Amino acid sequence: MDPLQLLVGGLANGCVYGLLALGFVLIYKATEAVNFAQGDMMMFGAFMTLSLVNQDGYNLPFGVGVCIAIAAMAVLSYVLEMTFIRRLFGQPQFSVVVLTIALGFVLRFIAGLIWGHEPQSLETPFAGRALTFGSIVLGYDDIVVIVVTLLLVGGLYLFFIYTRVGLAMQACSQNQLAAYYVGIPVKRLSSIVWAVSGVTATIAGVLFAAKGTIDPASGLLGIKAFAAAVIGGFGSLPGALIGGLIVGVVEPLAQFYAPTGYSQIAPYAIMLLVLVVRPAGIFSQVAQKKV
Amino acid sequence: MRYHFRTSYAQEIRPYQDWRQLLWYVLLLVVAAVAPFLLDEYLLGELTHILIWALAGLGLMLLAGHCGMVSLGHGAFLACGAYMQYNLVNMSVPFILAIPLSGLFAGITGALFAVPALRLTGIYLAIATLALGAIAEDLIIMLEPWTGGVEGLYLETGSVYAIEFDRYAQQIASASPGHNFYWLCLLVVTCVTLGYINLLRSATGRAFSAIRDSEISAAAMGIHIAGYKTLGFGLSCFVTGVAGALLAHFVGAFNYEAFNLLISIQLLLLITIGGIGTIHGAFIGALLLGIMPLVIVAVREFIAQLLGSGNMTIPGIDQAVLALLLITFIIFEPSGVHGRFVKVKTWLQLFPLARRQLFRRSRSYLKTDRLR
Repeated sequence: MDPLQLLVGGLANGCVYGLLALGFVLIYKATEAVNFAQGDMMMFGAFMTLSLVNQDGYNLPFGVGVCIAIAAMAVLSYVLEMTFIRRLFGQPQFSVVVLTIALGFVLRFIAGLIWGHEPQSLETPFAGRALTFGSIVLGYDDIVVIVVTLLLVGGLYLFFIYTRVGLAMQACSQNQLAAYYVGIPVKRLSSIVWAVSGVTATIAGVLFAAKGTIDPASGLLGIKAFAAAVIGGFGSLPGALIGGLIVGVVEPLAQFYAPTGYSQIAPYAIMLLVLVVRPAGIFSQVAQKKV
Repeated sequence: MRYHFRTSYAQEIRPYQDWRQLLWYVLLLVVAAVAPFLLDEYLLGELTHILIWALAGLGLMLLAGHCGMVSLGHGAFLACGAYMQYNLVNMSVPFILAIPLSGLFAGITGALFAVPALRLTGIYLAIATLALGAIAEDLIIMLEPWTGGVEGLYLETGSVYAIEFDRYAQQIASASPGHNFYWLCLLVVTCVTLGYINLLRSATGRAFSAIRDSEISAAAMGIHIAGYKTLGFGLSCFVTGVAGALLAHFVGAFNYEAFNLLISIQLLLLITIGGIGTIHGAFIGALLLGIMPLVIVAVREFIAQLLGSGNMTIPGIDQAVLALLLITFIIFEPSGVHGRFVKVKTWLQLFPLARRQLFRRSRSYLKTDRLR
């Protein structure tokens, strides 16, 4: 197979990982909690879209269904933060890790109850069509994934630079106490960050389900997104995306060129390598920790 | 109201508080030792399973509770012990000797993994170990010559001097072998627990706690951080590896699915629900985790009878119940069942004088772990 073809498919996959990783990084930057349920939020959002859009569901127009699912997921994430995560404010990081893992399990269980455990796929208007450039076949779904990711990342960038809420989030991520002193509603803001990350998770889920199938266990994809986030640097938004792209590209290449089994291990091997060489990731500024 | 009046320094560091406490533990040990004569075969099997889980929990507790390093991939070290046990027994190493050797192998593997992992703190370590847990399955499949790959392998009954350690009690006239395996597990767990208690009151154990509480101040006190962290990781993996070796004999036949990521997560749930940072916690957590499926089955049957409907199985209900329990504990009682027990006990001991604020959780702002 053409390496370039692998590269394109990998880039599209990588965008999904990158978006998921972006969700982790958003939450980590603002609240310093790591959301281990991000993958399950992605799965949940994708299933919601699926039941709204598919023909045997509510059969809504694609755009409308996606928007409703995004809104619903934003509200759900907001409520999750408000009811569970906020109670652990100031507790050791370990508790939040365990709590979000447990939340992920619950989400997976609920999804299994509602939608069953069989893999399902999302019916999209752009499925099955492709552009051909010479020997390279570019699926519409791949193009949509890449374009949407770029738009979303650009949008987030503008959001952080130009809006009041975005600026306040930056302040929160730099120093929570100081942000509180200058009158930023830190608690509400961290709920909003969760909502934003729920939105990116849903979009990632929609893109993922459009490219393949989804089932309640798809949430485990989040682990790969973790690898992506770590490779890029956990505190860096562009890093997360680039880490996702690296993971996405390496996977099909390893599958094609390396013996069986190595492709599953490759992302984690790169992650461990990055952790050893540069623990804070490729794209983050390292300084001393304060006592 | 009871008050411990201390008359010597030895009282401060001995492993038990007073003779009453010692009496309770001895009593517990005696009850555990005669349990095979009181329980039927099925329950004895469950009890053995609980003991093995408690052992694995002790391993993770040492790491997460006392060294302050969270591992989300301890299932990998469990697998390490289990597969090493198989290979050692196949190389005709005596069964009894193979158990600590497999533990040692897991420990050394863990220590080697810890060397790069040492540079990681907090969340990065959690993610690195999570990745290890995630690739454990793939690694097991890839290392087929030693692990039997996808098909898995079958471990035969171990025996020493014609004493068979089979968990399935085929009613042989003399002594039923099921008991032997249970007693073996009990012996190992008791030894490890005693070792653990003694470790905690040694300089090494205090160094672990110091590192957990503040790495920087521990370093300032002259504690060699990297060395102790590696040691902690290795010891934790050793204990987990021993549990893995016992588990291999317990289940007999196993493949890569026995050591997936869920096992690692369950271990984490075990120590959190039991009470993190306490030895009791590992046992209480293992007990809860062992009883949970039985309770769920009982409740399900009860509801089915009530509704008059037939079979109502919901896939994944076990995990969901565990997760809900975990959420409840993390939010309302982060110190776990053992923590709650201590609170109730203290309240009773102090009876008229207990104050509500005694165990109040201190509120604090986020202490950043981030490098900046």
